[in-house]
Amino acid sequence: MRKGTLKQILLLTDGCSNRGEDPSVTAALAYQQGITVNVIGILDDDQTEDSVELKEIEEIALSGGGVSQIVYSESLSQTVQMVTKQAMTQTLQGFVNKELKQILGSNHTLEDLDPEKRGEIMEVVEDLGEMSDLEVLVLVDTSASMHNKLQTVKESLIDLSISLNSRIGRNRFAIYSFPGKRKDIQKVFDWSPQLDAISTVFPKLTSGGITPTGPAIREAMYQFGKKSLLRSFRDEDKSGLEETGY
Amino acid sequence: MKTNRAWKKQDIDLQPGQTISGKWHHKSYIIKGRLGAGAIGTVYLCTVNGKHAALKISDKGTSMTVEVNVLKSLQKVQGNRLGPYLLDVDDWVSPQGNTYSFYVMEYLKGEEMTRFIQKNGSAWVGVFMLQLLDDLERFHQSGWVFGDLKLDNLIVVHSPTKVRFIDVGGTTQIGRAIKEYTEFYDRGYWGMGTRRAEPRYDLFAFVMVFINVFYPKRFDRGAQSERILFKKIDDVKALIPYRQVLKNALVGKYQTSAEMKQEITNVLYSTQQRRSRKKNAKKDTHAPFLMEAGGVTIVAIGYYLVSILI
Repeated sequence: MRKGTLKQILLLTDGCSNRGEDPSVTAALAYQQGITVNVIGILDDDQTEDSVELKEIEEIALSGGGVSQIVYSESLSQTVQMVTKQAMTQTLQGFVNKELKQILGSNHTLEDLDPEKRGEIMEVVEDLGEMSDLEVLVLVDTSASMHNKLQTVKESLIDLSISLNSRIGRNRFAIYSFPGKRKDIQKVFDWSPQLDAISTVFPKLTSGGITPTGPAIREAMYQFGKKSLLRSFRDEDKSGLEETGY
Repeated sequence: MKTNRAWKKQDIDLQPGQTISGKWHHKSYIIKGRLGAGAIGTVYLCTVNGKHAALKISDKGTSMTVEVNVLKSLQKVQGNRLGPYLLDVDDWVSPQGNTYSFYVMEYLKGEEMTRFIQKNGSAWVGVFMLQLLDDLERFHQSGWVFGDLKLDNLIVVHSPTKVRFIDVGGTTQIGRAIKEYTEFYDRGYWGMGTRRAEPRYDLFAFVMVFINVFYPKRFDRGAQSERILFKKIDDVKALIPYRQVLKNALVGKYQTSAEMKQEITNVLYSTQQRRSRKKNAKKDTHAPFLMEAGGVTIVAIGYYLVSILI
């Protein structure tokens, strides 16, 4: 049986957007297309949480149906994984809640069930999370201030790939950076099941002064429909069938 | 739309004397004090009908439900209890109207393994190894991998002295992705394997537990993980008898916990035999030291046998 595919954009940034449309709007658009937008704000060691920045990050995740978190770069690895997994569970739980409302009436959610029934439902959610295919588009802010954090970002993404590839479901990752050279975003790494090959591509990142978060999310959203992604999943399906034929 | 609720910290700060009543099962618990806090919730010591119990409470209902599911599955496993015994699962509505999930489990009173070994001697290392490998084998036999095996999740209880698991939050079904882990203990972090739940994942973390006992401050990874870890093992005197077995486990040589336990047992017996032979051969030279070492092994095996009999 084929399980569904969960789609996520993971935005890694360290500041506020200052160019183009409101990122909350484009995040809401992405969410409408079935793509969850998660945001991680990365702080420098000497930085404290800036309330404006915090608010923007929360707003983007809120309208993108995702999860947001602000971290110092040393705990980035674990946060990237927690945010991704948490968002998967949240999306799946959303589906389950919708079904529950249809069965039990509009005011019922998971929290209104007694702990025993809730436990049974969470088992199903967990199973789905383990089996579902997942597509993650990582959108990295490469404006000047991010420069000394890129090494940590790279390590966290390789680590994320180790974790997600330990699941039963399949994964596809792509990495885009923004701002791009003459475009809103720049392809760093095309859709692929593993991220261990990124060590060589990462130094290619260039830095600029502007942060067009809104337009970047919009562009990222379009990358999910791209042929290369469809083809890679289809090819794998075919080879899987052939193998079972023997 | 409900989003990122789980990330907003609504700090739960329960005061001693406060009563927590369940929304569904209507049981009341009186808070006595705080035992600890983790990524998912805070654990308090409480009393119910005059008896001590541990109460874990959190605003992350989903994660709590997942933990409870694991605890429930473990209760069904035959033989010794693997995790703490689960007493109740319920919700609590605070005076402010927020709903928190909580569960109540048996209170395990004991001390940290590192402290215990420092106080009572490294003869206990072998005992704890055998005890843990027994429990891990039982986990694996029932289809689970402990996952987040680390010193913080272990406690040494007394009479009989036994090391026990206290937090099963990382426990994962075999074949799935490890649910929760701690970098220092994680073979993925060291670049020495995947995060797929299998017995060998636990055995790697098991070795790291004993490394951590002798390197309480831990250390960072480097370019050559295997060499670093091997060196750290070689440098600890108390681990010398076990070093080959520990290294084998780090590189994933043992498929099962039972296999590793057999090797540890062999080590314990052979050290003892070799030493008593040597002792007879050159009585006057190293006798006091050898007698001590041989005695330590006998004591270790003796303690272990007592702990499995009771």
